[in-house]
Amino acid sequence: MTQNPYLWLIPVLPLAGATINGILGRRSSRTAITTIALVFPGIAFLLALWIASGFSSASAPYYFDMAHWIRAGNFQADFSFYLDQLSLVMLLVVTGVGFLIHIYSVGYMAEDDGYYRFMSYLNLFMFFMLTLILAKNYLLMFIGWEGVGLASYLLIGFWFIKDSAASAGKKAFITNRIGDFGFMIALFLMIKHFGTLDFTKVFAQVATQPTELAGVGLLTSIGLMLMVGAAGKSAQIPLYVWLPDAMEGPTPVSALIHAATMVTAGVYMVARSHVIFEHAPGALTVVAVIGTLTAFFAATIGIAQTDIKKVLAYSTVSQLGYMFMACGAAAFSAGIFHLMTHAFFKGLLFLAAGSVIHGVGGEQDMRKMGGLRKYMPVTFWTMAIATVAIAGIPPFAGFWSKDEILWKAFNANWIYWLIGIVTAFITSFYMFRLLYMTFFGEYRGAAPSDSHGHGDHGDSHGHGHGEPHESPWVMLGPLVVLATLSVVGGFVGYQNRFEHFLDPVFNAGVSETAHEVAEGSASTEHLLMGISIAVAFLGWGLAYWLYYKRRDLPEKIAASLGGLYDAVVHKYYIDELYASLLIKPLVDGSTAILWKGVDQGVIDATVNGAAAEARHVSDVTRHMQSGNLRSYAGWVAAGGAAVIAYMVWMGVR
Amino acid sequence: MIPLYYYLILSGILFVCGVLGFLIKRNIITIFMSIELMLNGVNLSFVAFAAHWHALSGQIFVFFVMVVAAAEAAVGLAIIIAVYRTRETLNVDQVNLLKL
Repeated sequence: MTQNPYLWLIPVLPLAGATINGILGRRSSRTAITTIALVFPGIAFLLALWIASGFSSASAPYYFDMAHWIRAGNFQADFSFYLDQLSLVMLLVVTGVGFLIHIYSVGYMAEDDGYYRFMSYLNLFMFFMLTLILAKNYLLMFIGWEGVGLASYLLIGFWFIKDSAASAGKKAFITNRIGDFGFMIALFLMIKHFGTLDFTKVFAQVATQPTELAGVGLLTSIGLMLMVGAAGKSAQIPLYVWLPDAMEGPTPVSALIHAATMVTAGVYMVARSHVIFEHAPGALTVVAVIGTLTAFFAATIGIAQTDIKKVLAYSTVSQLGYMFMACGAAAFSAGIFHLMTHAFFKGLLFLAAGSVIHGVGGEQDMRKMGGLRKYMPVTFWTMAIATVAIAGIPPFAGFWSKDEILWKAFNANWIYWLIGIVTAFITSFYMFRLLYMTFFGEYRGAAPSDSHGHGDHGDSHGHGHGEPHESPWVMLGPLVVLATLSVVGGFVGYQNRFEHFLDPVFNAGVSETAHEVAEGSASTEHLLMGISIAVAFLGWGLAYWLYYKRRDLPEKIAASLGGLYDAVVHKYYIDELYASLLIKPLVDGSTAILWKGVDQGVIDATVNGAAAEARHVSDVTRHMQSGNLRSYAGWVAAGGAAVIAYMVWMGVR
Repeated sequence: MIPLYYYLILSGILFVCGVLGFLIKRNIITIFMSIELMLNGVNLSFVAFAAHWHALSGQIFVFFVMVVAAAEAAVGLAIIIAVYRTRETLNVDQVNLLKL
């Protein structure tokens, strides 16, 4: 443990940016807003790089106790920051990708009236996300966890005048709340049984406990509750429904929060709590099963979506499923590796999609795109790189991490691997489908002459325009940087270097040889690698055939599938299922019992009844005040007589 | 010596007469006189007790009551005259402007 007095600056800098822009932004010029919004996260990024450059595994982990916070009895939770190999990876990803997306937003949101608001929210998000990553205890992590939820809500509902955006924000917030409830229960369990929330202290106590091989004991319960929280934040079954709707927000938000960083917080949290999960194999199995199912399930929905951002959203859910699959197979480093490469290529995919949407004037339906390759070459090439990367074609980044996950999953249970490889095929297919529908063929959008005033819907941009056009360089720059990272990012995992880097976190007590022996032979690994490359190319080939060579086929296939295709288009009716199973009973029950019964029947009835009763009593008693002097005197005399009679009768002297 | 309760019974009779007069009569002056009757009924009990217990405080109290009664009579009669001048009646049932 080494103290590093600069750690606290990293989260606080974006907070300063958010505060300045939030308070003064309304009256400052765009240049000033841009400067503040970029400089603070920029410095945070440089600081993170500087800290990373001085990072040595010998002196790690670093920590800094900034201030006391809660001290009650033996329990204590402080504003303390913590940096080990795991949080360093997250720190670099979040500040780096986050800063690039900030730059991109300057171009993308340039014409929006709420520019200062948007930049302020983005900075606020960075603050909470960095707090989440750098927290030294679960409680501070929970602050960041809730904070990113808040930032996500604010940014999804950024165009709150649109009804759909406002309700998507609420949906995201409420769904996350369900997950947070699980997270909180896990924290309460830890406080009750360990008396602390500090990572190192909790894990030290957990390490002394025996592994829970059967049944649901304390550690399994904590693990499962943490997983509920992670499922909410990281959009896993059954709480994934908010993420596709979150695409109502501006595209940079989708890239930053709903693809690259915030949604991976669940994976980070599970990886951070790996000691707990390693002592609770039951919980670990649940993590793996949920991840595997989500990966497959979301990928199948992605096939039939026509909204470019919805495809990417389901793809994100699916890739997050891969990360949980890795964590569930106890291959936490593989999960974090995929988290990192995913941040590169999925951030890039979203930014490129945003560039496309910007270029065609707010249209998001891929059926009205096509042929954009010649209008926006830079966007095309960067997006193609990202597509190849996510499809898992070597030597791009996604291949390395996805292959690592599949290999680890195979070692855990071949069923995970089988579903994973099928999902990889589907992933490759729908991503190339997106690429072909958007950039190849002829432009199917509105003709130049009548395309004015497009910007009323979707990602609205006020400017009407004719032909699709390339985006400005302030947007293309981040695309190029992320494309470079998507190409070379995978090589940090070459010869398991990434895994060895994270070993101090995940395999502190395990000796190197025991670690290696546990894995299968190299020949099996090469065979599996060959299969995963093959399915990636197979998916590409199928997409090429259906969406480039024979464009008439997809509709025929869709027609022949009938009900199944409808189910996929309608996302398996999950939203409808939730609406009828959960939301409607809840709303009806609340209406009948809480609103009509308790609120109107008890609370309103009490208040109104008291008022009515007072009125009624006064109505009767006001006749005493007749204005007749002698009747008053009569009352006084009667009262006096009554008092005397009482005293005489009781014998009071 | 006359026993104490003779005085007290007389005092009670005087007080009850005052109360009944106050309640039954409509003429303000009669009501006023009934009040005086009640006050004097009380005064009688005060002096009776004072004599019985050989304590002066009861007699002192009576002086206070007389002073207050005199002041009240002065103010009250002035009001009655003012009421009669404006309303040309002394019937309390008709002096009810403040009644709702």
